Amino acid sequence: MTAAEQVIPERPVPTWSQRTQTAIQRFGIGIPFAITFIVLSVISPPFLRSQNLTNILDQQAGIIIVACAGSVVLIAGGIDLSIGAIYGLAGAIALNTASSVSSPLGVVAGLAVGLAVGLVNGIVVTRFRINALIGTLAMSFVVAGIAAIVTKGNLVVAFDHPDFQQFAATRILGITSAAWMMTITAIAATITLSRTTFGRYVYAAGGNSQAARLGGVRVDAIRVATFALSGMAAGLAGTIDSSRVLSAQATSGGQFLTFTVLTGIIVGGTSILGGEGSMQRTVVGCLFVALVANGFNLLGLDPFYQQVTLGVILLLAVGLDAWSRRFE
Amino acid sequence: MVHLEVRGLGKSFGATRALDDVSIEIESGTVHAFVGENGAGKSTLGKIVAGVFPPDQGDLVLRGEPVAFRSPREALERGIAIVAQEVALVPQLTVAQNVFLGAEPRRAGFIDRRAMAQRFARLTTESGFDLDGRAVVGRLSIAEQQQVEILRSLARQADLIVLDEPTASLSAKETERLHEIVRSLRAGGRTVILVSHFLAEVLALADTVTVLRDGRVVRTGPANVETESSLVAAMLGRPAARAYPAKQAAPPDSPVVLSIRHLSAPGVHDVSLELRAGEIVGIAGLIGAGRSELARAIYGANPATGGEVESGSTRLGGTPAASLRAGVAMIPESRKDDGLFLRRPIRENVSLSTVASFARFGFVRRGRERSRVSEELHRVAGSPLLEAPAGALSGGNQQKLLFARTLLVHPGVLIADEPTRGVDVGSKHDLYELIVRLASDGMAVLFISNEMEEILGLAHRVVVMRQGRLVAELAEEKMTEEAILEAAFGTVAGTAA
Repeated sequence: MTAAEQVIPERPVPTWSQRTQTAIQRFGIGIPFAITFIVLSVISPPFLRSQNLTNILDQQAGIIIVACAGSVVLIAGGIDLSIGAIYGLAGAIALNTASSVSSPLGVVAGLAVGLAVGLVNGIVVTRFRINALIGTLAMSFVVAGIAAIVTKGNLVVAFDHPDFQQFAATRILGITSAAWMMTITAIAATITLSRTTFGRYVYAAGGNSQAARLGGVRVDAIRVATFALSGMAAGLAGTIDSSRVLSAQATSGGQFLTFTVLTGIIVGGTSILGGEGSMQRTVVGCLFVALVANGFNLLGLDPFYQQVTLGVILLLAVGLDAWSRRFE
Repeated sequence: MVHLEVRGLGKSFGATRALDDVSIEIESGTVHAFVGENGAGKSTLGKIVAGVFPPDQGDLVLRGEPVAFRSPREALERGIAIVAQEVALVPQLTVAQNVFLGAEPRRAGFIDRRAMAQRFARLTTESGFDLDGRAVVGRLSIAEQQQVEILRSLARQADLIVLDEPTASLSAKETERLHEIVRSLRAGGRTVILVSHFLAEVLALADTVTVLRDGRVVRTGPANVETESSLVAAMLGRPAARAYPAKQAAPPDSPVVLSIRHLSAPGVHDVSLELRAGEIVGIAGLIGAGRSELARAIYGANPATGGEVESGSTRLGGTPAASLRAGVAMIPESRKDDGLFLRRPIRENVSLSTVASFARFGFVRRGRERSRVSEELHRVAGSPLLEAPAGALSGGNQQKLLFARTLLVHPGVLIADEPTRGVDVGSKHDLYELIVRLASDGMAVLFISNEMEEILGLAHRVVVMRQGRLVAELAEEKMTEEAILEAAFGTVAGTAA
């Protein structure tokens, strides 16, 4: 038999558990999201009001923007724990710049701060070979400290510069510019991951960094780029939220944002081990977490149970991921 | 008295038959050596005896009583210990703590330090070891760590100790010390199984030698009637060779496409080598001789510490990305660790190194990618499914994916590290044909193989490595299995280059 006659055989018919595994990976978070959505629509009349739904979108805008970039970091095999701190610093600096110079410059400053910290993160993790978890945790203290110094620990307000609010709160076709920015970020990130060479290298770097490097991928450069994107996204989110409320506190966001974002990403099915994940599911994952919170609110349930519920959901998500890899 | 008898032992790893119907008797109080080429099964046999893996067929009979070990721990309970090539100690603990690990003398639930120190002192005087019980193991040399392992097995009253390539990473002086230890173990009435590449060592230490070839016993006999060349001769001579594609002579005046000058890297010392277009060069040597390290240093996967590599007139930049740009590609030894993305589609696995050339403004043109990938896969493997995960394929087909990935780059030089390892016979044959075809199209191929036959069947020229150096270069009628083995084992003076 010559080489040309041979056919690469398909794997034998998938077993039941392999099919379940594939289904979980494909639909994943979509199913619990849909169930929660339907249940809330039925048992809580205010839930479906457009006021409530657009509120959720507005509140989630920053979180989802950060989560999109955070997913890219995770898929490339890293993790970024400094996003909350960057968010706080960028919001404060954007607002300061907006009130002291001009609103457009405020936006530029917020983004630039995020990008700069993200690049430092990338260099810390690749050049100095510091574990991403520890490196970005340390950076989160540094950045949060800088934010406290810059703001002298005070609340920064710019109520006398209402034009800055236009950045996030302008309504276009019924939803705010913040929600639009979130949508555009999510779409751009989806396309980048699935259609570009950069996206391909991100999956390769996280899936098997040795193989990627030997295959000619500049793994370190890709990792730096993912941290830069994540930092810039956190900067944008901080700027958006400070624009929405015209106030910012260095400690706002902080760890809460970091962990909410990570929860959304992981509940969406992106693996903490890298190499896998998708943007659509991250978005649905974040929205699912938001729905759970919103449901507790609307139903007047004890918010302490909300935390317990979120914790259990997170454990389930990670457990399912481990289960789907059990044959490797 | 027979200490341990092995009866009809068989063991397979996937498609590879590592041991086949092996029967040996090991006399009590002797040093019994297992020798053979890479892959002859000597290490596997030692590991089965020590319970590292269970046999597929056959029995172990310990002092007349059949035994079946499910783990090294169970073997240890019956007095059999193994000191493996890689030491298995806890580097942060002290020597004494490691020696008594899991069997610490206790008093009221607490470790009895004084009793431990006393027992350690008794153990070292009895065995003649010169080790400080309070030294931290991580700071000791490999030789000392091995002694700690031996002490640990003695502390458990082991009376049959398997030493798996114990001197592979020792200096001459340390080796001499280990030899003394082996002799004193024997003098103390213990039985030692010595698995070794080093024939001189085997002849110096062993009472009995078993020669293995392709997983079968060639012969077992007293060591004092053997010589190095009689052992080498016994390791040779296999059943009729598989058919290899007809060799086409490389054009003698073809240009040099890769020159390596005085290359040094971890595990590689001062290697110089030239490759011509259309030439197939095999790298032979024992496991641990530095062959993969050389391949990785050439390709830039491991950093070089000295020397240079030039392709045509381009000096390679020392990273895989730069080597690929200069037309030098490598297929790594471990498909799973260094090659594939098992959960990603075949298409992405194949296009990894060339995806940028299918893209416009950073966006991958899927149609173009699909057609180029499937074209290349057709050439190496037949009609594939592009979207199945790479992990769903057999070893042979996974290897073909790596060839397809590499060939899409159109390299002038291909380095293939063990390209047929763990590959079924049919796929092996396809890969041989592919390698020969590539060379006849003008590619220079440098390949590493543990299978002597494969090297003889494919290569125009063989270089042999030992301890990180090129020790022989053999071509044409000088390229014989015997000459390669002698150079690899270093048995004949004057082969050293």
